[in-house]
Amino acid sequence: MRWVEKLRMQYQMFLHRGREAGRLNAELEFHLEQQIAENQAAGMSAEEARQAALRSFGNPAVLREQARESWSWNGLEALARDVRIGTRTLLRSPGFALTAILVMALGIGANVALFTLVRSVLLRPLPFANANQLVEVYEADAHGAFQDNVVAGGSYSSWRDQSGSFSQLAIKQWRDYDLSGSGNQLPEVVGAQMASWNIFPLLGVQAARGRLFTADDDQPGVNATVVLSWGLWKRRYGGDPGIVGRSILLDARSYTVIGILPAWFTWPNPSVQLWTPLYHEKSPEVMQMYVAHSFDVVGRLRPGVTLEQASGELNAMQREIRRVHPDGPVHDAVNLRPLLDAQTHGVKTGLYALLGATGCLLLIACLNIANLLVARAAARGREGAIRTALGGSRMRLLREQVVESTLLSCAGGLLGLLVADGIVHWLISTREEIPRADAIHMDWVVIAFALAAILGCGLLAGLIPALTSRDTQVLTALQESGRSHSGGRGRARLRQTLLALEVGLTVVLLIGAGLLLRSYWQLHSVNLGCATSNVLTMELHLPKSRYRTDVSRIAFFEQLTYQARALPGVADAGLSTVLPGQEARRDDVFIISEHPALAQGQVLDAQTRSVDPDYFRAMEIPIVEGRALLPSERGPDAQEVVVSQAFVRQFFPNEDPLGRHVVTDMMFGPMPLRIVGVAADTRYDVAAPPYPTIYYPLYAGGELSVMLAVRSRGDAAAMALAVQKVIARLDATLPVAHVLTMEQIVGHSTDDARFGATLLVAFAALSLLLAMVGLFGVLSFMVAQRTTEIGIRIALGAQREQIMRQMLGDGLRPALWGLVLGVATSVGVTRLIASLLYGTRPLDPAVFVVVSVTLLVVAIAACLLPAWRASRLDPMQALRTE
Amino acid sequence: MAKPNDLVQGTLDLLILRTIAPEPMHGWAIAKRIQQISHEVLQVQQGSLYPALHRLEQQGWIRAKWAESETGRQAKFYALTAAGRKHLERETANWNRLSAAIDLVIAGA
Repeated sequence: MRWVEKLRMQYQMFLHRGREAGRLNAELEFHLEQQIAENQAAGMSAEEARQAALRSFGNPAVLREQARESWSWNGLEALARDVRIGTRTLLRSPGFALTAILVMALGIGANVALFTLVRSVLLRPLPFANANQLVEVYEADAHGAFQDNVVAGGSYSSWRDQSGSFSQLAIKQWRDYDLSGSGNQLPEVVGAQMASWNIFPLLGVQAARGRLFTADDDQPGVNATVVLSWGLWKRRYGGDPGIVGRSILLDARSYTVIGILPAWFTWPNPSVQLWTPLYHEKSPEVMQMYVAHSFDVVGRLRPGVTLEQASGELNAMQREIRRVHPDGPVHDAVNLRPLLDAQTHGVKTGLYALLGATGCLLLIACLNIANLLVARAAARGREGAIRTALGGSRMRLLREQVVESTLLSCAGGLLGLLVADGIVHWLISTREEIPRADAIHMDWVVIAFALAAILGCGLLAGLIPALTSRDTQVLTALQESGRSHSGGRGRARLRQTLLALEVGLTVVLLIGAGLLLRSYWQLHSVNLGCATSNVLTMELHLPKSRYRTDVSRIAFFEQLTYQARALPGVADAGLSTVLPGQEARRDDVFIISEHPALAQGQVLDAQTRSVDPDYFRAMEIPIVEGRALLPSERGPDAQEVVVSQAFVRQFFPNEDPLGRHVVTDMMFGPMPLRIVGVAADTRYDVAAPPYPTIYYPLYAGGELSVMLAVRSRGDAAAMALAVQKVIARLDATLPVAHVLTMEQIVGHSTDDARFGATLLVAFAALSLLLAMVGLFGVLSFMVAQRTTEIGIRIALGAQREQIMRQMLGDGLRPALWGLVLGVATSVGVTRLIASLLYGTRPLDPAVFVVVSVTLLVVAIAACLLPAWRASRLDPMQALRTE
Repeated sequence: MAKPNDLVQGTLDLLILRTIAPEPMHGWAIAKRIQQISHEVLQVQQGSLYPALHRLEQQGWIRAKWAESETGRQAKFYALTAAGRKHLERETANWNRLSAAIDLVIAGA
């Protein structure tokens, strides 16, 4: 077979290059000798024979090259040679090489890290079979007031029974359980999901051990069963297979462990540690209601059914439900999202914005390196001209240039991969709310992206300097007197263009950073409306089995705050179901007894909080009218509520709310509750305006989960242990969760903004530094180029200030162009990050002005030194440098 | 005198293959033989010969071997392979057809 022979020959040629080259020489020499012998035989003398033979032979070197060119590894050999030469050249200027490599490493590293995130979080499909059939179903309002609302149990039942678009529909809800029992391990609060039994068949998950739920487990009143996550099984039960079949205590009730989930299953997020059957945990009444919205619904589309078809069917069904139940908060529309989209919706814009920013940074890095390479090429202009004159092909010179820059970018890229790894780990550890964080790792797509980035950068940075070298300049280059900075005006203009682009990109980054920074500042300075410094908070869940009566719960609450207040260093303590800044959590509809009846379908909605009598005082929320709740209002006597100012503004705009009554079916039944006080507004979310709130009496005894807020005189975090001891004294098996100070809670809600702003500011600062260095370099280059000219002008009487101003102007020109370019681009581009901004318009004039001024100041600072040096030139020296 | 440079690459290959068909030869001998047989019309320059030889070797039509030459020096001898022999037959047939066609056109157009 021919190609086998060919391959074998190529392989041999490759391995025994030296020997083959020697043999080729021998062959040609043999030929030469024969020719000489023939010539001598024809009668020429030895000398003549040899010369004649050589003449007819031609150039042996070219011959050898032509022969070798037919050998296939010539290209490889040439590449190897170029790499060797390139490495030597770079090693000769270590400063430049090191700078370039570092810059590349940073640019490529940041990009690879962000791309890893984007790929793993946004682009990689969920780890389930046929994941594109999975959708999340939300209830919505046809008028657009609610888009992605959680679902009511009754709606789910209707859909499940009547819909033909889905092969499976499952319903679930998050829940925290107090996990205790088994050995002498401390009780802890674990995150869990209650779900209908078909959630695992729907997703396509098998048990790693034991079994998963069946329909029999998902009934009220049967034996309580629980499925553990792999992580919980390993962590708390040491991977003991015997746990399957044993019982554990959740909220002081016994549940039998029936199975363990596989290690790879961390949906919806790694904090879910166990699953319980929903219909067993919740009452059948709640699951039939259309007005109580609190569940997530996941569905798998039937093969061949599209999202639009399913959406249309469910929307029609929901409209019918609304028609049959016109009263109360029953929704009339449905919104479907692919499951992956539902999970990543919130972070999508932010991640893409960051990816854009790192892309800008990489481009700036490339431009910078290209700039540096152009400067080097300018310095070696004569060498290039001589080589061209001696017959070197332009392709050769170009190839050398590209190889050099590719070497730089390869070295930088390898270093950058390490940097990227570090960045990814850092990002995951500091940002807990990145969804699918467990799936983030570099796979082959990321590596391919990194390679593409490296090669792209190398090519870009290498080809740009080559744009300036033209054959026609050979003569000029040779003729120019031996100044080391010869390079012609073409090079200077190219560098200025590159610099203008760089400055433009820097301006875009700066403006983005400025906008995000301003957003964060606005968020940060929002007043929540309550005390936030030195306030410690923690979450408690009383287990229903041990606190059956309202009396027992009220007793616990009362004792808790009393003993907490008695601790040294504590100023006050209070309880509430939800604290300000913890985001909406609970809201409900109500009616006002004294107002006319609502039109059919109209609902009034307010947030609901249950608070103890000391809450307002402890959290320093002023009561602007009336009074707070009293300790005597407890149990069935608890018939008073406090409302917020926003509530009054919306529902009692022109009348006094005190003495009026509200009725909230869901929480208190049909009994009207009297409004006794108006509290100042607090915000549930720093980024949202205050929402009408009703404060119910915690001492009515209906609530089991509360947040404890302890205001201390000194550092709040130092009180944590003491408070937990108090709780342990009251109830030894009650765990606490989420021990945080109010500042940390507020911090959480501004975390996103702060993180994005910090990153972008760092990028912008870096690129500003690079641009500044670039400006400095280019102006120095230009001054050195025009040394003679400046010297002559000074000698002819030009003022030094004139020279300086002129040089400054020349140096600032690319900066100004870049500024204009950057501002124009920003005007178009900032629209895209509008969703990340708070209290800041995308075209905020203050930010634009500040950025422009900053850039000009920095540019002037960068150009000052070279311009000053130009003005200080000694004309005699300048004229003598030839 | 027609210089071998006017020959198409394929034709030189054909000549070389035909020349070494009877017995293996080294490069010098191939050039000499072609010159001889064509009555000094075709003179193959070294610059064309060796690249052609190496190309043919790569394509597998000929095989090279180092052996002692008539002068006692070591030289590289080229011989036809079986595939090369088949290729030679094909190319000879092609050449005959082509030259006959050209002759027809020149004679009787």
